[in-house]
Amino acid sequence: MSGVVGVVVFPGSNCEMDCIESVSHLGGEGRLLWHGDEDLGSVDAVIVPGGFAHGDYLRPGAIARFSPLMVAVTRFAAAGGPVVGICNGFQILTEAGLLPGALQKNRGLKFLCQPSMIRVETSDSSLTSRASTGDELSIPINHFEGNYTCDDETLARLNDEDRVVLRYVDNPNGSVDDIAGVCNEGRNVVGLMPHPERACNDLLGSSDGSVLLGSLLDLVA
Amino acid sequence: MKYTVLVDVRLRSGIADPAGATIERALPALGYEGVSGVSVGKTIRFTIEAADKKQAISHSEDLCGAFLTNPVIEDAEVTVVPGGDDL
Repeated sequence: MSGVVGVVVFPGSNCEMDCIESVSHLGGEGRLLWHGDEDLGSVDAVIVPGGFAHGDYLRPGAIARFSPLMVAVTRFAAAGGPVVGICNGFQILTEAGLLPGALQKNRGLKFLCQPSMIRVETSDSSLTSRASTGDELSIPINHFEGNYTCDDETLARLNDEDRVVLRYVDNPNGSVDDIAGVCNEGRNVVGLMPHPERACNDLLGSSDGSVLLGSLLDLVA
Repeated sequence: MKYTVLVDVRLRSGIADPAGATIERALPALGYEGVSGVSVGKTIRFTIEAADKKQAISHSEDLCGAFLTNPVIEDAEVTVVPGGDDL
């Protein structure tokens, strides 16, 4: 029996159905979770999807992190449950303090919506266990505030602890050290700007995202 | 007592400010030379109940740390609006 992947929906989320579809396409079961609820129910993993939660007012993720369900997500993550934040979901997880750093506006003043080559930097995370270090994946990006930044001390720690999960092969947005995705100390919480859920079927131009979401499904199978 | 508070949120130095950079680059085309260091932030204005001005500032600074700013990328300056502290 396959596990259930909960996908959190905030007012303004817009990638939740892509996540549900890709999880289902890969043989898992996706379930939408409303941000205003206090309970995750019986899910085995959580995806915080992309979009513009609460209109991105104040800052992306700033208001979303106060949603009642985020208390449950934080508790789930602390207990070792796999949590993945994609794009706006990554921004929400940094605002919630589940991941270090922040996402600032892209270098070069452009909203970026394009395929992007991403290199896997570690297979030791809830999103990359099916991949090998050095694998290069074609996965789309779609963001204005995807330029990852953190202080020097945090960056050194991320590198020392092998917590940079994904890097851009050709840095599109100015992210420090080409970072496209990072994980927490427990390696169960991963945030990334690229959208693997939009690259899980050859009809969409790439199925390279299957390796990432498939890794997540392995954990809940 | 109610105090009117202004929070001036600015991007920390080293953080990309595309809006500021775009405005700065546009100014010469409008005939304004010699303007530099343009940065775009935001101002948040509210009234707050507090025992005195010091407490109004301290509570507002707490609010900045917890919600109004992201200390990784932003700095904030809290001021009580002159004349707004006796509403």
